Amino acid sequence: MGGLVSYGAYIPYYRLERGRIAGVLGSGGGRGTRAVAGYDEDTTSMAVEAGRAALAGLTGHGAERGAPRQLFFATSVPAYADKTNATAVHAALRLSADALAVDMAGAVRSGVGALIAAAQSPVPAMAVLSDIRTGLPGSTDERDGGDGAAAFMFGGEGDTMPVLAEIVGQGSATAEFLDRWRTPGATSSRVWEERFGEQVYGPLADAAIADALKRAGLTPSQVGHLIVAGLHARAVSRTLRATGTPTEAAADNLVASIGNAGTAQAGILLADVLDRAGPDEIVLLVVLADGATALALRTTKALAAHRQPQPVAAQIAAGNSALEYATFLSWRGFLDREPPRRPDPEPVAAPPAQRRADWKFGLVASKCTQCGTRSLPPDRVCKRCHAVDEMAPEPLADVPATVTTYTVDRLAYTPSPPMLMVVIDFDGGGRMRCQLTDAAEDEVRAGLRVEMTFRRLITAAGVHNYFWKARPVRREG
Amino acid sequence: MGSHGIRDKVAIVGMGCTPFGEHWDKSADDLLVDSAAAAAATAGTALDDIDAFWLGTMGSGVSGLTLSKPLRLADKPVTRLENMCATGSEALRNACYAVASGAYDSAMAIGVEKLKDSGFSGLAGSNPPNAGDDGKADTTAPANFSLLAPAYAQKYGVDPAELKDVLTRIAWKNHLNGAKNPRAQFRREVPKETIKNSPLIAGMLGIFDCSGVSDGSAAAIVVRAEDAHKYTDKPLYVKALSLVSGPADGLSRADYDFTTFPEVVASAQDAYQQAGITNPRVELALAEVHDCFTPTELVLMEDLGFAERGQGWKDVLSGTFDLDGELPVNPDGGLKAFGHPIGASGLRMMFEAWLQLRGEAPERRRLGTVGGGRSLALTHNLGGGPGECVSFVSVVGTQRSA
Repeated sequence: MGGLVSYGAYIPYYRLERGRIAGVLGSGGGRGTRAVAGYDEDTTSMAVEAGRAALAGLTGHGAERGAPRQLFFATSVPAYADKTNATAVHAALRLSADALAVDMAGAVRSGVGALIAAAQSPVPAMAVLSDIRTGLPGSTDERDGGDGAAAFMFGGEGDTMPVLAEIVGQGSATAEFLDRWRTPGATSSRVWEERFGEQVYGPLADAAIADALKRAGLTPSQVGHLIVAGLHARAVSRTLRATGTPTEAAADNLVASIGNAGTAQAGILLADVLDRAGPDEIVLLVVLADGATALALRTTKALAAHRQPQPVAAQIAAGNSALEYATFLSWRGFLDREPPRRPDPEPVAAPPAQRRADWKFGLVASKCTQCGTRSLPPDRVCKRCHAVDEMAPEPLADVPATVTTYTVDRLAYTPSPPMLMVVIDFDGGGRMRCQLTDAAEDEVRAGLRVEMTFRRLITAAGVHNYFWKARPVRREG
Repeated sequence: MGSHGIRDKVAIVGMGCTPFGEHWDKSADDLLVDSAAAAAATAGTALDDIDAFWLGTMGSGVSGLTLSKPLRLADKPVTRLENMCATGSEALRNACYAVASGAYDSAMAIGVEKLKDSGFSGLAGSNPPNAGDDGKADTTAPANFSLLAPAYAQKYGVDPAELKDVLTRIAWKNHLNGAKNPRAQFRREVPKETIKNSPLIAGMLGIFDCSGVSDGSAAAIVVRAEDAHKYTDKPLYVKALSLVSGPADGLSRADYDFTTFPEVVASAQDAYQQAGITNPRVELALAEVHDCFTPTELVLMEDLGFAERGQGWKDVLSGTFDLDGELPVNPDGGLKAFGHPIGASGLRMMFEAWLQLRGEAPERRRLGTVGGGRSLALTHNLGGGPGECVSFVSVVGTQRSA
């Protein structure tokens, strides 16, 4: 079994203050905030953002862009059924054509399953866990849910990339029982009486944890970081108390600030621990979802030098909680807004999207080998020197850019009007017109520094249009 | 290699133009019959005696049958063409070339658009199946053109509030002219305060900075210059026809600054060379330009050489382009007030040249420049937007050079 060689988490920009729910509905709500995926994000697009963060941290021999040979994508809310969603993630991350990319979709438990599948892979493999959690207006799921994603790359057998953490023990317990469920197409989950689940989860958690620690040759007192993830809050609390690990080992579940991201929660919490863990520390990750799974990891000295570029804590701190509850409801489809008096948007056509997949999903432009001019989208004839078919691929997804001009389009069709349109110049050359996202109207200005982000522009006739947008650079420092 | 033009080889001898507006009671067929019959009547000819037809329409019908069916033309050559918002001018250009070549004795250029049957705001068209990955389908035309305003303000150090006054004055002037035009979609003066405070559509453009969405049709009959007097005492001789299609790279190269349409500059230079014009501001009696949005008209004043670079805004404020100004621009109200039925607009511009140069414009919008002896008019028609467009410029005149 290979070790963990990189990781990355993605927390979307927007936060909903729970108090705003009571402000509209008259009850419910509560304290703190939850993370909210933008109107232009889904589990696939957030998976891409987490995957990009993980790939950005890869170093060492064999750490080229296409390093992952397998991609496991886990979510409870896949953007498509029948069609694989991992292929879009694969395309956006520009993984090798001969890499496997599959979904593990539908249930929260898929998250830990993807993690184990990647960890056990004999070849370098990535697991991406992504979820959008909500429920009917006023529900606990709406209040305590959260959106986000996390990606983990394992080196496989014989890898030479620095290992940040090794899985030293693993245990699982599985049982069939009704705790939480949702029929396909339903917009909210249903749960059985809480005390029933608490009673069922208890022994399952104990068994999985005991098994993992035994295989690792560890005692609970040696655990430095205990992460218990799961949507059953009482079962999670009980497990945190009952495991016998040091009190200070219990990791913050981050529900107060970003909510519980379901399938992705275990990944986000693990990334948060890896952001600050020291060398040779034991991390015990327990996931309660239709059974229990425990993973014991031991960190290495290499971790300190290979943490993800944007720590989870920094992403939480960068959130924007100005989001109105009504806007949140419209983004999640619980409040239909009047569209502009314009034709319905046209769906993406399959053949052009397939022909331009490198550009559309990977943001790979072209660069003239004769004069060095970048072309976005890729051209065959150079706009500067007019050389024909002298182009080389030019990936731009990770190149920062600057807004040169912009406008606010109040007539355009967008799920969240008005549309902010910017013309951006990439560092090193190349211009494109695109939308600006994760920004308010009064933030857009000429000279604004932006970075590219993978988004779902619109859904028309049941087809999701994935493409890139610019967003303000908000990195600290 | 070279653009030689067909100066004075052909003449326009008949024109018709329907009122533009929301013609709930008329189909595209009705509008075509109206303008074609009116053009034939002014030329004193029958439609059946015209040899060939060029029909311009963006989306109101495909193939020559769109015209031959309502007119019941029997076995005539009819070409249906499209060149975005320059479609009507493109029909005229091709009809002129066909006559100049000697292929036909007479030809009709006719444009039509029926926009108000769609139920949508703005000029809605459909795109070929695409990958949804170039940002083009996302934004609307006002948003694309709104990029001109802040770029102009920044480059020439104009305070944005003052620029808003400049744009407002352009809309005010065109509405004032439209109020004197019984064919115009909007026939009322609009106070500057109303224009300035109208709801924002895109960037600093309000609803009154946008042209009217309307239905309409216009037509012209073209014959060899030597035959012109068989049809009318006052033909308009075609001095220049220029159309350029740009490389559409303005949105992808960093040296484009959104304060000019290079395509307009190129087509104007070509047209002036064909017509022998060296100073358009003093030689032209009027100009009909593509004022799809107010900042477009501002930039066009400089691109067409009517104003110095960076000075156009001052000329707008001082009234240079007013009906009684040094060079009247859009005396018929322009796209702003006359309306913009896409395929008809280029020929509607020519219709105003036809009325003004022949002294047939209603008295309250007759031009001092014509009375003062100027005999040339320019039409400018543009399709696309800043950074990627097609541009058409024509010059016509009442005097045939020796």
